[in-house]
Amino acid sequence: MEDKLIRLAVNGRDEAVVIQPLATLQDVLRDKLELNAVKSGCGQGGCGSCSVLVDGELQLSCLTLAERVGDAEVTTLEGLNETNAIVPLQQAFIENYAAQCGYCTAGMVMAAKALLDRNPAPSRDEIVEGLSGNLCRCTGFAPIVRAVQQAAQALSDTGEEAS
Amino acid sequence: MAKVRGTGFAAVNYPTGMHLGGDPTQSLIHMTPAGDFVVTMASVDLGQGLRTVLAQIAAETLGVPYESIVVETADTDTGPHCTGTFASRTTHRAGNAVVMAAQEARKAMLEVAGELLEASPEDLETDGDGNIHIKGVAEKSVSVGEVAGAAHFGYGKTIAGRGAYLKPPSPMDPETGECDPDSTQAHACTVVEVEVDTETGMVEVIDMKSVYEVGQQVNPDLVKGQIVGGSWMGIGHALYETTAPGYPAIDPAPVDFQNYLQPGAAEMPDVTCEVLEYPAESGPYGGKGVGEMVTNGPIPAIVNAINNALDVRITQIPVTPEVVLRALDEKKAQAGA
Repeated sequence: MEDKLIRLAVNGRDEAVVIQPLATLQDVLRDKLELNAVKSGCGQGGCGSCSVLVDGELQLSCLTLAERVGDAEVTTLEGLNETNAIVPLQQAFIENYAAQCGYCTAGMVMAAKALLDRNPAPSRDEIVEGLSGNLCRCTGFAPIVRAVQQAAQALSDTGEEAS
Repeated sequence: MAKVRGTGFAAVNYPTGMHLGGDPTQSLIHMTPAGDFVVTMASVDLGQGLRTVLAQIAAETLGVPYESIVVETADTDTGPHCTGTFASRTTHRAGNAVVMAAQEARKAMLEVAGELLEASPEDLETDGDGNIHIKGVAEKSVSVGEVAGAAHFGYGKTIAGRGAYLKPPSPMDPETGECDPDSTQAHACTVVEVEVDTETGMVEVIDMKSVYEVGQQVNPDLVKGQIVGGSWMGIGHALYETTAPGYPAIDPAPVDFQNYLQPGAAEMPDVTCEVLEYPAESGPYGGKGVGEMVTNGPIPAIVNAINNALDVRITQIPVTPEVVLRALDEKKAQAGA
């Protein structure tokens, strides 16, 4: 099968990339567009470290074919803020020590953003549910849950969006 | 059939460093023309926060701001030797090496500052904010940046230091077994409450309280992070995680996250921890290791709590629902016999 040219809308930019047929969105984001906050964990949808937003919905980029994304808007961690400034959600992760090795962190932040975008005031159980597709092997999850709680509180105080 | 609760505890004392000694870590520190200090290590930060801790230790010893320290880690090709990040040894071993290197670099820094201030280096002190002044005479002062500039471009000197921390090897006496295997020991106790469903065999950890004695904490938030993360790991090992679910049969072995069960945020109880600080004589600023021991207490504490709840004696992990139900069956059979 021959390489093909596709167009992707990623983090507010139109990108033209040459891909191999059946290339995953994860591979294209990492290898073609160098958006390396998208981590490659298990490659089979079991860990959540490759999580991105596709038209605002949380999606596992390792199980998404790049050419099926079409016109949908893809958001990675790099796209949370145009100027690369720390957004309130990231600040909450920092203040709560919600990262140790950091491999899960970008996916956790994207899962948390997807949750807060659709439910700005989640209960603890809703946060746990919202993060349930993302594995962490270091922190014991408690600091991550606390970070999302703090971010939700900060967002309700300021009336801002998650990012 | 019912949900029953039980309480269990476990205590641990845990050695910092191993190999009967003889496992060194070295450190090199040099000052840049801008007045920052680069701490070069081969030691690895795998998320526990070693780079933060070493920067704190270097800043404290040099007498300069934390923000002026850059810690380079993990290049075993080019960095000074480190035996490795294991055995809860790195804060202690690498920290001691950094203290030694920083003392030597501080001496070199004060010598240059002494020339600039026309004073003896022994009469100088640092304010920790990036200035060096004559003791008791704050206005006779020079900034660390000025010292860096003078050293590099005026005097042609390096401001650098070397550190090598080695606990001498301690071979075991073949007659008595006596040896000195570690540098210091940290201590902990964990108390756990569980709820066991006697119908399904499912175990839920309701509450986990721990107290740790880890010497002087170099960074209390990072210590807490280790304790909370280790508590979760303990729950995983005690109740879920195994690479050989059919042990002693090796197959079928889990090969992915769909089959390798581990607890998630939903299984994480409230974890309370208290930390006592008894500085270790051998540690950098009294620090001991806390990395590994945080998993050791929760595991037996959970199993003990299950045994307490069910009045059985389970001695294997993970305590899966099957293990719980088999133990209850055995207890029933013995009662009937």
